Amino acid sequence: MSASAEVFRLIDDGQEVSLAAEVRDGRVLIDPDSLKSGLGWELKPEGLCKDAACVPVRDREALVPSAEDAGVDLAAFASALGRPLALDPAARVAALGVAAGERAAQLWTLEAPDFELPDLDGQLHRLSQHRGKKVLLVAYASW
Amino acid sequence: MALDRCDDDVREFIERAAPTHPSVIDTEHLVAELYHVVNVPTMIWIDEQGRICRPHDSQFGTDIFTAFHGKLSEPYLDMLRAWVRTGEGALPMDEVDALRIEPDAASQLARAERALAWWLHGQQRGEAAERHFVRADELAPSDWTIRRGSMPIRGKDPFGPEFFALAEEGKPDYPMEALTPTRKD
Repeated sequence: MSASAEVFRLIDDGQEVSLAAEVRDGRVLIDPDSLKSGLGWELKPEGLCKDAACVPVRDREALVPSAEDAGVDLAAFASALGRPLALDPAARVAALGVAAGERAAQLWTLEAPDFELPDLDGQLHRLSQHRGKKVLLVAYASW
Repeated sequence: MALDRCDDDVREFIERAAPTHPSVIDTEHLVAELYHVVNVPTMIWIDEQGRICRPHDSQFGTDIFTAFHGKLSEPYLDMLRAWVRTGEGALPMDEVDALRIEPDAASQLARAERALAWWLHGQQRGEAAERHFVRADELAPSDWTIRRGSMPIRGKDPFGPEFFALAEEGKPDYPMEALTPTRKD
Protein backbone atom coordinates (compact mmCIF):
# COMPACT_ATOMS: atom_id res chain seq x y z
CA MET A 1 0.00 0.00 0.00
CA SER A 2 1.25 3.46 -0.81
CA ALA A 3 2.37 5.93 1.80
CA SER A 4 -0.82 7.95 1.33
CA ALA A 5 -2.92 5.41 3.28
CA GLU A 6 -4.65 7.11 6.20
CA VAL A 7 -7.25 6.22 8.78
CA PHE A 8 -10.68 5.48 7.36
CA ARG A 9 -13.64 4.85 9.71
CA LEU A 10 -16.02 2.05 8.93
CA ILE A 11 -19.20 1.52 10.91
CA ASP A 12 -19.62 -2.23 10.47
CA ASP A 13 -23.20 -3.11 11.47
CA GLY A 14 -22.99 -0.54 14.28
CA GLN A 15 -19.40 -1.26 15.34
CA GLU A 16 -16.82 1.41 14.55
CA VAL A 17 -13.61 0.05 13.00
CA SER A 18 -10.50 1.99 11.94
CA LEU A 19 -8.93 0.90 8.67
CA ALA A 20 -5.92 2.04 6.67
CA ALA A 21 -7.16 3.21 3.29
CA GLU A 22 -6.39 5.53 0.45
CA VAL A 23 -9.11 7.66 -1.13
CA ARG A 24 -8.45 8.03 -4.84
CA ASP A 25 -10.95 9.59 -7.29
CA GLY A 26 -13.83 8.96 -4.93
CA ARG A 27 -12.85 5.31 -4.46
CA VAL A 28 -11.77 3.94 -1.11
CA LEU A 29 -8.93 1.43 -1.37
CA ILE A 30 -8.38 -0.51 1.83
CA ASP A 31 -5.00 -1.85 2.74
CA PRO A 32 -5.27 -5.67 2.52
CA ASP A 33 -3.58 -6.16 5.91
CA SER A 34 -6.04 -3.73 7.44
CA LEU A 35 -8.97 -5.54 5.80
CA LYS A 36 -7.74 -8.73 7.47
CA SER A 37 -6.97 -7.29 10.90
CA GLY A 38 -9.93 -4.88 11.03
CA LEU A 39 -12.70 -6.90 9.39
CA GLY A 40 -11.34 -10.44 9.23
CA TRP A 41 -11.58 -10.65 5.41
CA GLU A 42 -8.83 -11.54 3.01
CA LEU A 43 -8.64 -11.90 -0.75
CA LYS A 44 -7.46 -15.37 -1.77
CA PRO A 45 -7.40 -17.21 -5.12
CA GLU A 46 -10.73 -18.89 -4.21
CA GLY A 47 -12.45 -15.57 -3.35
CA LEU A 48 -13.02 -13.26 -0.43
CA CYS A 49 -12.50 -15.33 2.71
CA LYS A 50 -13.25 -14.92 6.38
CA ASP A 51 -12.25 -17.79 8.69
CA ALA A 52 -13.26 -20.96 6.82
CA ALA A 53 -15.91 -19.32 4.62
CA CYS A 54 -15.21 -17.92 1.17
CA VAL A 55 -17.42 -15.80 -1.07
CA PRO A 56 -16.79 -16.20 -4.80
CA VAL A 57 -15.67 -13.06 -6.61
CA ARG A 58 -16.98 -12.29 -10.10
CA ASP A 59 -15.00 -9.16 -10.90
CA ARG A 60 -11.57 -9.27 -9.34
CA GLU A 61 -10.47 -6.14 -11.19
CA ALA A 62 -13.25 -4.11 -9.58
CA LEU A 63 -12.15 -5.40 -6.20
CA VAL A 64 -8.43 -4.73 -6.75
CA PRO A 65 -8.24 -1.99 -9.38
CA SER A 66 -4.47 -1.62 -9.24
CA ALA A 67 -2.20 -4.61 -8.63
CA GLU A 68 0.56 -2.14 -7.78
CA ASP A 69 -0.68 -1.40 -4.27
CA ALA A 70 -3.33 -4.18 -4.05
CA GLY A 71 -5.78 -1.90 -2.20
CA VAL A 72 -9.26 -3.47 -1.99
CA ASP A 73 -12.07 -1.25 -3.26
CA LEU A 74 -14.55 -0.81 -0.41
CA ALA A 75 -17.64 -0.44 -2.63
CA ALA A 76 -16.73 -3.58 -4.62
CA PHE A 77 -16.04 -5.41 -1.34
CA ALA A 78 -19.51 -4.52 0.01
CA SER A 79 -21.06 -5.49 -3.30
CA ALA A 80 -19.27 -8.87 -3.31
CA LEU A 81 -20.71 -9.55 0.16
CA GLY A 82 -24.16 -8.32 -0.91
CA ARG A 83 -24.14 -5.77 1.89
CA PRO A 84 -25.41 -2.17 1.64
CA LEU A 85 -22.73 0.52 1.87
CA ALA A 86 -23.24 4.19 2.65
CA LEU A 87 -20.02 5.90 1.65
CA ASP A 88 -18.58 9.38 2.19
CA PRO A 89 -15.07 9.39 0.69
CA ALA A 90 -14.51 13.09 1.50
CA ALA A 91 -15.34 12.58 5.19
CA ARG A 92 -13.35 9.31 5.17
CA VAL A 93 -16.15 7.30 6.70
CA ALA A 94 -18.64 4.65 5.56
CA ALA A 95 -21.39 2.51 7.07
CA LEU A 96 -21.64 -1.13 6.08
CA GLY A 97 -25.14 -2.45 6.73
CA VAL A 98 -26.84 -5.82 6.83
CA ALA A 99 -27.94 -7.49 3.59
CA ALA A 100 -31.70 -7.51 3.07
CA GLY A 101 -31.61 -11.27 2.49
CA GLU A 102 -29.83 -11.90 5.78
CA ARG A 103 -32.24 -9.71 7.72
CA ALA A 104 -35.24 -11.25 5.96
CA ALA A 105 -34.01 -14.79 6.73
CA GLN A 106 -33.66 -13.88 10.41
CA LEU A 107 -37.14 -12.33 10.56
CA TRP A 108 -38.62 -15.33 8.74
CA THR A 109 -37.78 -17.56 11.72
CA LEU A 110 -40.22 -15.41 13.81
CA GLU A 111 -37.76 -15.60 16.68
CA ALA A 112 -37.65 -12.20 18.37
CA PRO A 113 -34.12 -10.86 17.72
CA ASP A 114 -32.26 -10.36 21.00
CA PHE A 115 -30.87 -6.97 21.95
CA GLU A 116 -29.50 -5.11 24.95
CA LEU A 117 -30.19 -1.41 25.58
CA PRO A 118 -29.79 1.00 28.51
CA ASP A 119 -32.52 2.68 30.56
CA LEU A 120 -32.33 6.23 31.95
CA ASP A 121 -30.03 5.10 34.76
CA GLY A 122 -27.67 3.45 32.30
CA GLN A 123 -28.71 -0.02 33.45
CA LEU A 124 -28.68 -2.50 30.57
CA HIS A 125 -31.72 -4.66 29.81
CA ARG A 126 -31.59 -7.68 27.53
CA LEU A 127 -34.72 -9.03 25.87
CA SER A 128 -33.76 -12.66 26.45
CA GLN A 129 -33.68 -12.03 30.23
CA HIS A 130 -37.48 -12.17 29.98
CA ARG A 131 -37.66 -15.59 28.30
CA GLY A 132 -40.43 -17.64 29.94
CA LYS A 133 -42.70 -14.60 30.26
CA LYS A 134 -44.86 -12.87 27.69
CA VAL A 135 -43.26 -9.63 26.45
CA LEU A 136 -44.95 -6.64 24.86
CA LEU A 137 -42.29 -4.79 22.88
CA VAL A 138 -43.37 -1.18 22.38
CA ALA A 139 -41.42 1.10 20.06
CA TYR A 140 -42.26 4.76 20.58
CA ALA A 141 -40.53 8.13 20.27
CA SER A 142 -40.79 11.77 21.33
CA TRP A 143 -41.30 12.70 17.67
CA MET B 1 -38.19 1.28 23.84
CA ALA B 2 -37.72 4.86 22.61
CA LEU B 3 -36.24 5.63 19.18
CA ASP B 4 -34.76 8.96 20.17
CA ARG B 5 -31.55 10.99 20.11
CA CYS B 6 -30.73 10.93 23.81
CA ASP B 7 -32.11 10.32 27.29
CA ASP B 8 -33.36 13.90 27.60
CA ASP B 9 -35.72 13.44 24.63
CA VAL B 10 -37.78 10.98 26.67
CA ARG B 11 -36.79 11.57 30.30
CA GLU B 12 -39.95 13.55 31.03
CA PHE B 13 -42.25 10.82 29.67
CA ILE B 14 -40.50 7.99 31.47
CA GLU B 15 -40.23 9.81 34.80
CA ARG B 16 -43.89 10.80 34.70
CA ALA B 17 -45.03 7.27 33.84
CA ALA B 18 -42.59 5.69 36.34
CA PRO B 19 -43.02 2.26 34.73
CA THR B 20 -42.32 -0.96 36.62
CA HIS B 21 -41.20 -2.59 33.35
CA PRO B 22 -37.86 -1.87 31.64
CA SER B 23 -37.92 1.32 29.59
CA VAL B 24 -34.91 1.63 27.32
CA ILE B 25 -33.56 4.13 24.80
CA ASP B 26 -32.34 3.12 21.35
CA THR B 27 -30.24 6.01 20.02
CA GLU B 28 -28.57 3.82 17.37
CA HIS B 29 -31.84 2.42 15.94
CA LEU B 30 -30.71 -1.09 16.81
CA VAL B 31 -34.25 -2.37 17.36
CA ALA B 32 -35.50 -0.50 14.27
CA GLU B 33 -32.92 -2.45 12.28
CA LEU B 34 -33.43 -5.84 13.96
CA TYR B 35 -37.25 -5.75 13.78
CA HIS B 36 -37.60 -3.60 10.64
CA VAL B 37 -39.58 -0.88 12.41
CA VAL B 38 -40.81 1.78 9.94
CA ASN B 39 -43.02 3.87 12.21
CA VAL B 40 -43.91 4.37 15.85
CA PRO B 41 -45.73 3.59 17.93
CA THR B 42 -45.67 -0.08 17.14
CA MET B 43 -46.30 -3.00 19.43
CA ILE B 44 -45.06 -6.56 19.01
CA TRP B 45 -46.19 -9.56 21.06
CA ILE B 46 -43.46 -12.03 22.02
CA ASP B 47 -44.47 -15.30 23.65
CA GLU B 48 -42.81 -17.27 26.48
CA GLN B 49 -40.57 -19.07 23.95
CA GLY B 50 -39.27 -15.80 22.55
CA ARG B 51 -41.29 -16.13 19.35
CA ILE B 52 -43.17 -13.23 17.75
CA CYS B 53 -46.86 -14.15 17.94
CA ARG B 54 -48.38 -10.88 16.78
CA PRO B 55 -46.29 -8.68 14.49
CA HIS B 56 -45.95 -4.89 14.33
CA ASP B 57 -49.24 -3.19 15.07
CA SER B 58 -49.49 0.59 15.21
CA GLN B 59 -51.63 1.06 18.32
CA PHE B 60 -51.75 3.45 21.22
CA GLY B 61 -51.75 3.03 24.98
CA THR B 62 -53.62 6.29 25.54
CA ASP B 63 -56.20 8.47 23.75
CA ILE B 64 -54.09 11.66 23.70
CA PHE B 65 -53.83 11.63 19.89
CA THR B 66 -57.15 9.94 19.08
CA ALA B 67 -58.44 13.11 17.39
CA PHE B 68 -55.47 12.89 14.99
CA HIS B 69 -55.39 9.18 14.12
CA GLY B 70 -58.94 8.11 15.04
CA LYS B 71 -57.88 5.15 17.21
CA LEU B 72 -59.11 4.38 20.69
CA SER B 73 -56.70 2.58 22.97
CA GLU B 74 -59.22 0.53 24.94
CA PRO B 75 -60.09 -2.18 22.36
CA TYR B 76 -56.37 -2.87 21.88
CA LEU B 77 -55.66 -2.86 25.61
CA ASP B 78 -58.58 -5.32 26.11
CA MET B 79 -56.98 -7.65 23.55
CA LEU B 80 -53.63 -7.28 25.27
CA ARG B 81 -55.09 -8.15 28.68
CA ALA B 82 -56.83 -11.20 27.23
CA TRP B 83 -53.55 -12.40 25.71
CA VAL B 84 -51.70 -11.96 29.00
CA ARG B 85 -54.39 -13.86 30.94
CA THR B 86 -55.27 -16.67 28.54
CA GLY B 87 -52.97 -16.52 25.51
CA GLU B 88 -55.95 -15.61 23.33
CA GLY B 89 -55.05 -13.44 20.32
CA ALA B 90 -51.63 -15.01 19.68
CA LEU B 91 -51.49 -15.87 15.99
CA PRO B 92 -50.29 -19.07 14.34
CA MET B 93 -46.90 -18.83 12.65
CA ASP B 94 -48.18 -18.70 9.08
CA GLU B 95 -50.45 -15.76 9.95
CA VAL B 96 -47.65 -13.88 11.68
CA ASP B 97 -45.55 -14.51 8.59
CA ALA B 98 -48.26 -13.16 6.28
CA LEU B 99 -48.80 -10.03 8.38
CA ARG B 100 -45.24 -8.80 8.72
CA ILE B 101 -43.32 -6.54 6.35
CA GLU B 102 -40.02 -7.41 4.71
CA PRO B 103 -36.87 -5.32 4.46
CA ASP B 104 -35.48 -4.92 0.93
CA ALA B 105 -32.22 -3.69 -0.61
CA ALA B 106 -33.36 -0.04 -0.62
CA SER B 107 -34.60 -0.09 2.98
CA GLN B 108 -31.35 -1.70 4.18
CA LEU B 109 -29.25 0.85 2.29
CA ALA B 110 -31.41 3.60 3.80
CA ARG B 111 -30.58 2.28 7.29
CA ALA B 112 -26.86 2.33 6.44
CA GLU B 113 -27.19 5.92 5.13
CA ARG B 114 -29.02 6.93 8.32
CA ALA B 115 -26.36 5.26 10.49
CA LEU B 116 -23.65 7.15 8.60
CA ALA B 117 -25.57 10.44 8.92
CA TRP B 118 -26.08 9.88 12.66
CA TRP B 119 -22.38 9.14 13.14
CA LEU B 120 -21.38 12.27 11.22
CA HIS B 121 -23.87 14.31 13.25
CA GLY B 122 -22.20 13.01 16.42
CA GLN B 123 -18.87 14.28 15.04
CA GLN B 124 -20.36 17.76 14.53
CA ARG B 125 -20.06 17.34 10.76
CA GLY B 126 -23.53 18.61 10.03
CA GLU B 127 -23.08 19.28 6.31
CA ALA B 128 -21.79 15.80 5.58
CA ALA B 129 -24.52 14.33 7.83
CA GLU B 130 -27.20 16.19 5.91
CA ARG B 131 -26.09 14.62 2.58
CA HIS B 132 -26.73 11.18 4.01
CA PHE B 133 -29.98 12.02 5.79
CA VAL B 134 -31.25 13.24 2.40
CA ARG B 135 -30.10 10.02 0.73
CA ALA B 136 -31.75 7.88 3.44
CA ASP B 137 -35.03 9.77 2.93
CA GLU B 138 -34.87 9.16 -0.81
CA LEU B 139 -34.20 5.45 -0.38
CA ALA B 140 -36.94 4.83 2.21
CA PRO B 141 -39.65 7.41 1.54
CA SER B 142 -42.20 5.56 3.62
CA ASP B 143 -40.03 4.85 6.67
CA TRP B 144 -40.91 7.41 9.32
CA THR B 145 -38.26 6.20 11.79
CA ILE B 146 -35.91 7.70 9.19
CA ARG B 147 -37.89 10.59 7.69
CA ARG B 148 -39.72 11.86 10.76
CA GLY B 149 -37.27 10.49 13.33
CA SER B 150 -34.41 12.47 11.72
CA MET B 151 -36.30 15.78 11.81
CA PRO B 152 -35.25 16.80 15.36
CA ILE B 153 -31.62 15.93 14.54
CA ARG B 154 -31.80 18.06 11.37
CA GLY B 155 -33.36 21.04 13.15
CA LYS B 156 -36.87 20.41 11.80
CA ASP B 157 -40.02 20.28 13.87
CA PRO B 158 -41.52 16.75 13.82
CA PHE B 159 -44.91 18.31 14.65
CA GLY B 160 -44.51 21.28 12.27
CA PRO B 161 -45.16 22.02 8.58
CA GLU B 162 -42.53 19.53 7.38
CA PHE B 163 -44.31 16.76 9.23
CA PHE B 164 -47.71 17.72 7.81
CA ALA B 165 -46.21 17.72 4.31
CA LEU B 166 -44.86 14.23 5.01
CA ALA B 167 -48.24 13.11 6.38
CA GLU B 168 -49.85 14.25 3.09
CA GLU B 169 -47.86 11.48 1.37
CA GLY B 170 -49.62 8.97 3.63
CA LYS B 171 -48.39 7.34 6.77
CA PRO B 172 -46.63 3.96 6.64
CA ASP B 173 -49.02 1.20 7.66
CA TYR B 174 -48.40 -2.21 9.11
CA PRO B 175 -50.72 -4.94 7.72
CA MET B 176 -51.75 -5.89 11.28
CA GLU B 177 -53.19 -2.44 11.85
CA ALA B 178 -56.12 -2.95 9.49
CA LEU B 179 -57.13 -6.14 11.32
CA THR B 180 -57.10 -4.78 14.87
CA PRO B 181 -60.37 -3.41 16.23
CA THR B 182 -59.83 0.20 17.21
CA ARG B 183 -63.34 1.28 18.15
CA LYS B 184 -65.84 -0.10 20.60
CA ASP B 185 -69.14 -0.91 18.89
